[in-house]
Order: sequence, then structure tokens, then C-alpha cells
Amino acid sequence: MEYFQQLLGPAWPVVWTLVKIVALVLPILGTVAYITLAERKVIGYIQVRIGPNRVGPRGLLQPIADAVKILFKEIIIPEESNKFLFLLAPVLAIAPALVAWAVVPFSPELVLANVNAGLLFILAITSMGVYGVIVSGWASNSKYAFLGAIRSAAQIVSYEIAMGFALVGVLMVAGSLNLGEIVKGQHGGGFWNWYFIPLFPLFLVYMISAVAETNRAPFDVAEGESEIVAGFHVEYSGMTFSVFYLAEYANMILVSALCSLMFLGGWLPPVNIAPFTWIPGIFWLLGKIAFLLFVFLWIRATFPRYRYDQIMRLGWKVFIPVTLVWIVVVGAWMQTPLWLW
Amino acid sequence: MKWIKDFFKTYLLLELVQGMALTGRYLFARKITVQFPEEKTPQSNRFRGLHALRRYPNGEERCIACKLCEAVCPALAITIDSEQREDGTRRTTRYDIDLSKCIFCGFCEESCPVDSIVETRIFEYHAEKRSELLYTKPMLLAIGDKNEEQIAADRAQDARYR
Repeated sequence: MEYFQQLLGPAWPVVWTLVKIVALVLPILGTVAYITLAERKVIGYIQVRIGPNRVGPRGLLQPIADAVKILFKEIIIPEESNKFLFLLAPVLAIAPALVAWAVVPFSPELVLANVNAGLLFILAITSMGVYGVIVSGWASNSKYAFLGAIRSAAQIVSYEIAMGFALVGVLMVAGSLNLGEIVKGQHGGGFWNWYFIPLFPLFLVYMISAVAETNRAPFDVAEGESEIVAGFHVEYSGMTFSVFYLAEYANMILVSALCSLMFLGGWLPPVNIAPFTWIPGIFWLLGKIAFLLFVFLWIRATFPRYRYDQIMRLGWKVFIPVTLVWIVVVGAWMQTPLWLW
Repeated sequence: MKWIKDFFKTYLLLELVQGMALTGRYLFARKITVQFPEEKTPQSNRFRGLHALRRYPNGEERCIACKLCEAVCPALAITIDSEQREDGTRRTTRYDIDLSKCIFCGFCEESCPVDSIVETRIFEYHAEKRSELLYTKPMLLAIGDKNEEQIAADRAQDARYR
């Protein structure tokens, strides 16, 4: 490493950061590919089917086959579309989903950018994701895409408020915006020190809002294949479509990771005694992320789609009051000696 | 009282958890997928698949060109031309079934007075061009010759109900 440092001189920090970014992004994209397989398998199993099992041993090469297929598909750009924005939209969708990973700590040391305002960064970056949706819907110049984009934008914006309030609760309890510090604040005897216990309502609100934010079932009215075909990405094909697809799954992984960091103790083992502490922290974090992702798939296989006005009612008339009340409750609770966290 | 009960039921997500418990159980249920090319579901002897024209054991074709099947066919998929042979019997010169029209209702088989046109158990055939789905007399006879054993067994099994 020192050899390269001397060789590249002043360019070294840039190169080293790029290496770290690649080392972070490639596993994420690989995970995205295999989440699609896991999704098909889990939903298949819940529907008493087997799911894909033809490509490779037990269907393990299915995502590769899908990727190869989609790479060779034609990218169709509608005649009446705004071509620049049409091609920019997928980039706007996936970039925030990957950029937000910069501040996600995998262990006390393993973090790309140890930013003190990490939580703020996350909120700011994930809010950008909605632009990809709006721009794609508008640039497609199609009724279905436009309807889908309006629905999706309204939904994401409404649920972001509830999600933000849920994070305010975490912020109050942890007393820090740094994600690493938030996890360290949950250190103690074991899982009873994690924030999901005092912040349980906020934890639930965060999880449900996360499902809504990523436009997944049962909040997938933006996609709504039975009503508006595919929503905002109806005009996209080939690689441009698959970038939206990647963005959706990358967002899923991201919100699962954030949820495990903020509510489920990140890299901390569930009980702080010998056999659990032997396992490196990163595996605990990955395990928690995997569990939450499984819950995402489980939810998708269980619940029917919400009606649109019900989604709006849930977001504005249930989640926002619940989070506000619980923030006040936590605020008061923290002033009493009954506060144990 | 009721609203308190409803309040807790709603906010503790009770029904959602019950629903997820149900799907969670099904996750471990025995899978019922039949993996088609390797495994097959049982077939009825009355299965209505690809058509065939049969022959008598002496090799004479059964069809007497009565054209009942052509008349009864609701999809107009059958076309028959006939002529008198030298021995005075009437036989078909042309017997076409357009499988792209056929709806596999089995009326042709029911209407046939000599059990000539039958529907076999074959259902895994394909064509790459539409024209390949027009089955002519020699093709149908060949299918019949090849599967006569199965066809005869299926008819024998069903005989007492006819």
C-alpha cells in the first residue's frame, strides 16, 4: 500500500477513496441481484411453489441470466419524450440509493465517510430519490407514467415526514447525528439496550414508512401493475428499466441497513457474552439487514395493495400524529429517572 | 369499551401479525409444484389432445368420409374431400385439421360412427410456423399408427360408458 502511495503521490487519496467506493458498491449491486432471486424464492415458498430452480444449482444463476437477458434488450426512447431527462431519470433514481451508503458504518472502524451529520446526510440524500421518479414520469410523456409519478411522488413526500420524525426520536435518544455514535449509544448488556424498545412505535412507523418509501407492496400503487401498468417506468426498457429496478432494491437494502443501525443495535451482538461476541460485528449487522429484507419480502407476500386514499390517510392521519406523540412521550420520559437507555 | 379494544387492535397491528403468521406457516408447508418435464400429473383416458386417424387391424383406414365431424366441428377446423374407390367404397382423398382453429371440444370424436377420428393423450407438440399446424391425412394416420395401442386401450376402458 505504501508503494502505491508513493507512486501516485497527491492523487493517492482520490484513488484510495475510489477503491473504497468500488469495494462498497460492488457487493451492494451483487446483493441487489440476489435479493431478486430471494424474493422470487420466498414468495414462491409462501405460495406453496418452488420458485426458480432451473438456471444453475437450485436456480442460483438466475440473476445472472436475468442480467444478461436485460443487457441485450433494446432501449426504446419514446418519440415524444424529453430525451435528455428520460435518460437522466434512472441515474437520478439510483445515485441517491448508492450515495447514502457512504455514511453507513459496518463496524466501529469500517465506514467510508465518518460524517458527524450522518443522519442529516441520509435524510437529505434519500429525499433526492423522488426526483428520479418525478423526472422519469414527466419525461416519458405518457399518461400512465405521469399518473404513476404523481402517485409515487406524493406518497414518498408524505411518508418522508413520518420517517423523518421517527429519526428525530432516535436523534433525541442517541444525542448524536453520527451513525457510528448512534450505534455505540446502544452498547450495553444486549438487545434490551437497543433503541427499538423505548422507540417501539417509531420503529414500526419507520419500518412501514420504509416499505412505502421504496414503493413496495402493499404500498406499490406507484407501480400498480393492475391499474396503471407499471407506473413511472412504463416507458423504460432494457438497461434503463433495470436501473430503476436496481434502485428499488438498493433502497430496500439501504433502509434495512439504516433500520438495523438505528433501532436494532447495528453491529452489536444481541447478548454481550462469550459465544456471541466472538462473531465479528459486521456479520451481526449483515444478519440484521438480511432479516429485515426477509421481512420486506414476507410483507409483500402477505398483504394486498392499499387503496390510494388509504395510503394517504395512513401517512398523514396516523403516522405523523403517532410519531409526534411519541417524540413528546420520549422527551418527557428522558427527563425522569425511569429512563434506562 | 369497544373503541378501546379497537384502538389496541389497530395500533398493535394484531391482524397484520396474524396474517403474517399464516403466510409464515405456509413458508414451511410442503410444496406442491409438479416439475413438468421430469414429473407429470396423471391423465384421464378421456384426455382430448392431438388428433389421430385410426385404421382397422387389417390396415384399412376406418374413415368412410361421412363428413359428420366436418359438420359438427364448431370451429370449422376440419376439411374433407372424398371420392369412390375402385372397390366401390367411399374414402377420403383429403382430411385436414387446422389445429390453429381447433378448440379440442371432442365433438368430432363423438360424432364419428366408426371411431376413426380420435383425440389422443399427446399434448406436447409444437410448430414453428402457422402452416405446420395444418395436419393433413397422412400426418393424422401416422399419429394413429404410432399410438394405436394407447388409443385402443383408452377406448376399451371407456367402452362401457358409451
